[in-house]
Amino acid sequence: MTEAAPLPRPTLREACEVHHLAAAIEFAGVSLQLPDGRSLLENITLALEAGTVTALLGRSGSGKTTLLRMVNRLAVPTSGTVRVHGDDVAGKSVVQLRRGMGYVIQDTGLFPHMTVARNVTMVPELAGRSRRGFAEQVRQLLTAVGLEPSRFSQRYPHQLSGGQRQRVGLARALAAEPPILLMDEPFGALDPLTRAEMQDMLRGLLARLRDRGEAKTVLLVTHDLDEAMYLADRIVLLAEGRVEANLAPGDFLHAREHAVAEYVCAFHRGERRVGAS
Amino acid sequence: MVAPGPASGLLVLVAESFLRQHSAEILTLTLEHLWLTGSALLFAAALGIPLGILLTRYGGLARPVLTVANIIQTIPSLALFGFLLPLPWLGERASRIAIVALTGYALLPILRNTYVGIRGVEPAVVDVAHALGMTGFQRLCKVELPLAASVILAGLRTATVTAVGIATIAAAVGAGGLGEFIFRGVASVDNRLVLAGAIPAALLALGADTLLGWLESRCKVPGPDRR
Repeated sequence: MTEAAPLPRPTLREACEVHHLAAAIEFAGVSLQLPDGRSLLENITLALEAGTVTALLGRSGSGKTTLLRMVNRLAVPTSGTVRVHGDDVAGKSVVQLRRGMGYVIQDTGLFPHMTVARNVTMVPELAGRSRRGFAEQVRQLLTAVGLEPSRFSQRYPHQLSGGQRQRVGLARALAAEPPILLMDEPFGALDPLTRAEMQDMLRGLLARLRDRGEAKTVLLVTHDLDEAMYLADRIVLLAEGRVEANLAPGDFLHAREHAVAEYVCAFHRGERRVGAS
Repeated sequence: MVAPGPASGLLVLVAESFLRQHSAEILTLTLEHLWLTGSALLFAAALGIPLGILLTRYGGLARPVLTVANIIQTIPSLALFGFLLPLPWLGERASRIAIVALTGYALLPILRNTYVGIRGVEPAVVDVAHALGMTGFQRLCKVELPLAASVILAGLRTATVTAVGIATIAAAVGAGGLGEFIFRGVASVDNRLVLAGAIPAALLALGADTLLGWLESRCKVPGPDRR
């Protein structure tokens, strides 16, 4: 009888998946069936390490946004568990859960009847914090997202450009100093140059926070492979409600799985055509 | 410019003597009219706005409740005053009948506009209000009501103009108000009496409409594309 080969040492990710306490966000066998019987998400199991950026890629309707919305209970799975820092989100107060996470969406969702300053300090205001420190907080947050506080704090959302609105949306998401940021196609409606500026700003901001020991765990939904490659530590590809791949950016680009290769091929087609001719 | 002739001078004299004779009564009936419509509008707002908010939370109720309010609106006002007349307690005082009937007529625009105004708040804004961890009450007070305020005020404005007009018919059941003059004028074929009721009623409606219109414009959400 031959001696059994030693078990391979688990990677950090595998360890996170087993000991879910180490994962900031964990999806364990999460499914969502619609009332008409269609399955939107099927048995998703994923662990997002604390302090990392995970990009969720996939076609429209693949379930990316729904999966993201399950983290702050804007969507509820029909089976499976979503855990945040080891705790099942279903057992937490929905108000406290949401106030502990930043949320940024494509439409920004800025309150049109409030100034930039009031939008930014809305979460601290909801938490009943003293207004005395708000002016200083607005100054710091607007500076962090690249907006000059004296010029922008008293403006209304309609007086801002698309990129400026997104910066304010990000500042608002950071106001309560949440350890988790949920970003649903935050730069999807911006022109390529503004989008690149925003990506640089976000990358720089996350790096600065990480250096200060305040690293954020970011779940970023995007269609854009380039954005995912630029910002994320991990790329998860969803297709028809299932996880097709969960890879580091370098591996994603060269993966042989059909779904990944197909997604990668859908980008830079113009460059390839010009290169070929 | 045409110089005032003897006929117009006579008209002014007649109007002056009429006003001198009836000014106290015009004032009393105008105040009565204001009391009837003001009370009815307060009741309608106190009932319609919370009910409208409730309908946004329980969508299934919206259709039946709005249908009932619609039906009340279609009942001819004179008939509604007549229906309420034999009811106990209500029928004892004509002003009670008038206030209840006017509340019924003012209810629909306030209820419908509250419902439509809140439902019309941009979905992304409501989504973010949820995601920021607002409680239902915070969402209502900080986001939905301020954003729906101009639509709700537009409903209140429609209700006010309708109530001021219908209140003139309340005189038919003895509830008073400026309708007294109109009914007396019609019965005695005296246009001066009809105008003594109709002109202040029209001025009341116009005044209330202007005031609420100004309030409505003050409540509009800042933005180039918002009305």
